[in-house]
Amino acid sequence: MLQAGEWAYSDTLKEHFMNPKNILQGENTDDFDGVGMEGNLQCGDQMMVVIKVDREKDVITDCQWKTYGCASAIASTSVLSEMVKGRTLDQAFNISPKEVALELGGLPDNKIHCSVLGDKALRAAINDYYTRNGMTDKVKKADVKVICQCMNVTDHDIEDAVLEGARTYLELQEHTKLGTVCGQCKDEAELLLEKFKHIHFGV
Amino acid sequence: MKVYFDHNATTPLHPEVKKEMIAAMEMFGNPSSMHTYGREARANVEASRRKVAEFIGAHDEEIIFVGSGSEANNTVLSLFVCATNQCVGGCGMRSTIITTRIEHPCVLETAECLAHRGAHVKYLDVDRYGKIDLDQLQGMLGDDVGLVSVMMANNEIGTLQDIEAITKMVHASGAYMHTDAVQAVGKVPVDVRRLGVDFLTISGHKIYGPKGVGALFVKKGVSYCPLIRGGHQERGRRAGTENTLGILGLGRAVEMRALEMTEEHNRMVQLKTALKEGIEARIDDISINGHPTDSLAGTLNVSFEGVEGEAVLLYLDLEGIAVSTGSACASGSLDPSHVLLATGVDAERAHGSIRFSMGRESTMQEVDYLLDVLPGTINKIRNMSTAYIKGGVHAASR
Repeated sequence: MLQAGEWAYSDTLKEHFMNPKNILQGENTDDFDGVGMEGNLQCGDQMMVVIKVDREKDVITDCQWKTYGCASAIASTSVLSEMVKGRTLDQAFNISPKEVALELGGLPDNKIHCSVLGDKALRAAINDYYTRNGMTDKVKKADVKVICQCMNVTDHDIEDAVLEGARTYLELQEHTKLGTVCGQCKDEAELLLEKFKHIHFGV
Repeated sequence: MKVYFDHNATTPLHPEVKKEMIAAMEMFGNPSSMHTYGREARANVEASRRKVAEFIGAHDEEIIFVGSGSEANNTVLSLFVCATNQCVGGCGMRSTIITTRIEHPCVLETAECLAHRGAHVKYLDVDRYGKIDLDQLQGMLGDDVGLVSVMMANNEIGTLQDIEAITKMVHASGAYMHTDAVQAVGKVPVDVRRLGVDFLTISGHKIYGPKGVGALFVKKGVSYCPLIRGGHQERGRRAGTENTLGILGLGRAVEMRALEMTEEHNRMVQLKTALKEGIEARIDDISINGHPTDSLAGTLNVSFEGVEGEAVLLYLDLEGIAVSTGSACASGSLDPSHVLLATGVDAERAHGSIRFSMGRESTMQEVDYLLDVLPGTINKIRNMSTAYIKGGVHAASR
């Protein structure tokens, strides 16, 4: 239970919000080796992540960011920028929203989606680095599978919906419009719903 | 310095209300009991009823004490969809409810629920200032319409509607008129006879009274059907043992409003003008939401480009300043304020909107302190924002 004077957020999150680390100053990204941007202003959060890479070792040496969003969005990008320094590109690419949330000392359920954007932007920045350096073979597309053919809803969309709070098939439909036409994907969607609920929330 | 600029969310108890409630703590009798204890409680409840009635120009028996403004609003809307033969709407004859897109969720969600139970619901649009269009209302009225519910003052942007004119039109069509006056009562003069309304909602905690108590005005002669049944309290119109202490506090609160609101209004105008002009002078790329003149004197709603409201709210909170936001993030949903969207503000600006609502204990020193802190806060957020580049060019659109 929340005590008087206590925030809905952890102390770590509060610290990163009050004193965010590694904010990109100005708009010039020329000094960076990869730039990634995710989200949009209409939805209320957008993140840009820029990285510098040690080409010999494939290691991220610097990571800066800009974020338009709420406290947990700001803190997620800040903590992510600290986490990735010194990691190899492969290691960084595989950072999950769950790890970011863990590093922040947990996020309220309805704020999990804020941490999803940061690692998406980071992956976009890493892919941008590969593309710029002619390593297009290394550009990783996270494997995507279309579940609902009618409404073009992927397994990732289902995962995002779970992270944003969908817990039942009906809520999943409200979030994604999945299964609202022919309905043939219901069984597969329900399996994925349970899977992502288990992965992210242990239920 | 501590600054509380969130009076539209709730207000602190007026010291006089607190004093009277503390003095009455020992009063535990059930107003329905005939013995001394009961009669004491009954006398206090009825005294409060008189005070509330007097304050809005009603008769005592037209005031029903309820648990909240939300309960009052739920009650009124539900009168018009009812399975019994006492249905005010004439059981299907007048089953259309007209309301606006900027009502409080307790009206909008009740209307939505009633739509599933057979009512037709029509929504009035508002212009960029939050005013409804009387011509659109005229076009919607007809012999199918049972109730029109339009809030008197909007909680987010402060815009006031011309309830008197609206009521005349509504009555001419044969429908009933309700106004949710939770944000208006105690801030602007409210006289139910002048307004002409059939139903009017009041809440205690918005006017320096206690939480958990409100009042519903129901005009004499208007048929009525209780939402909460099973007791003869409130003349059989609202079951449940009375919240005696709360009702006592509400009575004292309206008494104090009657004494203070005129002087306070002039002060609110000065504070809001100083706050608005101060923000305009110190911070670029802002826009003011709500009506420039027909608006609550203590309410100022501002959109700051390139920032997200929850971040502003929490940074200001760290400086001791309490405000609220039309951002989705702070409320836990993903959609920003339905009120701002209805006035045509785009989603991005709605995410970056802050409501400053001042009240009886607010001072010019507090406005000055806020004006000292705010520019730095907005700058700090804009400096880390993808969305903001001085002059309003958005990184995203390049």
